Amino acid sequence: MNYRLIALALITFAPFPSLAQSKPAGDIAAQAEQIFRSSFREDNPSYWMKRLDQDDTMRLCSQYKDNPPPRIRQKIEKAEMASVRYPVDGKLIGDWKEGEKLAAVGTGGHIGFIQPDPPGRVRGGNCYACHQLAKKEVAYGTIGPSLQHFGKLRGNSEQIIKYTYDKIYNSNAFTACTNMPRFGLHNWLTPEQITHIVAFLVDPESPVNKD
Amino acid sequence: MRARLQAVLATTALVLAGSALAQDSTMDEIAKYREMLADGNPAELFELKGEALWKKARGPKNASLEQCDMGLGPGKLDGAYAQLPRYFPDTRKVMDVESRLVHCMVSLQGFKEEDVTRQWFSRPGKESDIEALVTYIGAKSNGMKIDVPARHPEEARMAKVGEYIFYRRSGPQDFSCSICHGQNDKRIRLQDLGNLTTQAGAGVAMSTWPSYRVSQGAVWTMQRRLIDCMRQARWPEPKYLSDSVIALQVYLQKTASGTVMQTPGIKR
Repeated sequence: MNYRLIALALITFAPFPSLAQSKPAGDIAAQAEQIFRSSFREDNPSYWMKRLDQDDTMRLCSQYKDNPPPRIRQKIEKAEMASVRYPVDGKLIGDWKEGEKLAAVGTGGHIGFIQPDPPGRVRGGNCYACHQLAKKEVAYGTIGPSLQHFGKLRGNSEQIIKYTYDKIYNSNAFTACTNMPRFGLHNWLTPEQITHIVAFLVDPESPVNKD
Repeated sequence: MRARLQAVLATTALVLAGSALAQDSTMDEIAKYREMLADGNPAELFELKGEALWKKARGPKNASLEQCDMGLGPGKLDGAYAQLPRYFPDTRKVMDVESRLVHCMVSLQGFKEEDVTRQWFSRPGKESDIEALVTYIGAKSNGMKIDVPARHPEEARMAKVGEYIFYRRSGPQDFSCSICHGQNDKRIRLQDLGNLTTQAGAGVAMSTWPSYRVSQGAVWTMQRRLIDCMRQARWPEPKYLSDSVIALQVYLQKTASGTVMQTPGIKR
């Protein structure tokens, strides 16, 4: 009832009708954010609560339900591309065997009081959760495209290697609001670990390409 | 019961060994495994326990829960779960089955909220009264259609809040609910994912909880299910009965409305 009165007052007195019309949507977002934020225990360590903070990309992707208009899309992709950092030695391709292990690891990073990961639990790329990769692994997900024969189809030129590294480091540099995490930006994987996954994808000897 | 459990375990081993098989036959094995599970659901034991708890005089006020109003009037449980969450004038809040149940345990039976919610989910060797009671209340809506139109302004507001949270991305993996549950016909590893933004997808999900989870050996309530989703998103856990979990349920139940309840469910 109160909201209705306020809305009525806004419509009556607002100098710009369009402004009054845009009010309810913004209102819900602010209320929802407040409700969401106050749904957590006060004794959560602050570094846990930091995980709820949104950067500009997260905020825009949420606002547009992961389908931003072209102008916003370009803005996000440009900003994310600028975030990519490379290994000190400049080598973007590592050991595919290490990459294969990382692709299968889905543990790590769980927090909370009910079922957190033990300290020091290995964090992987968990690539198989969403992608088909080596032929021998049949337990793969389909949220992302199949990456079987990734290198066989694309080759292993310097350009392809750099693209692969950049994509894993920051997926949003190429596709704003993609489902894929920004593994490098969040330090989920180190630059060195990313080079191993690059090798798993492009090395001709890797089971992704050989089988 | 024991023979059935052994069969289940054997099938589990078969499913695990299934990685050696081709993709299609692995999926076939999982379908067979699910069928076998549906044959006898241990959740029925929780349902019976919940019924006894509902009817027994307990707590400082030595009262049963039989006068508890789950939205259709005191003691009227048939179809109540399928119409929750809803706005309750007496508390002036939108409540889900669990927050309403706890409200009744506090107001009718005289329990302290912190005491009744301490064991809101079971752990090995520690059963949860709430799980049993919710299984019982849920089963009283079996065969009925989910009906949460969210017409009351507070319900409509909570549906919008739930939708906002569903698409809200954050955390070290950039997750939101929508990442896994916003598209049709996707899998994570071999696990099928429902598109919870459609009536069909939300319907499958919402009509089958509470559900017995074989991998956990326990019945999971919708609060437990959603709080665990957030854990998997690598976020902190929301508080039990918090408004964001209730808001998500309003959004999902509204989307699922019209789907026939098949509860208690049974899942991997």
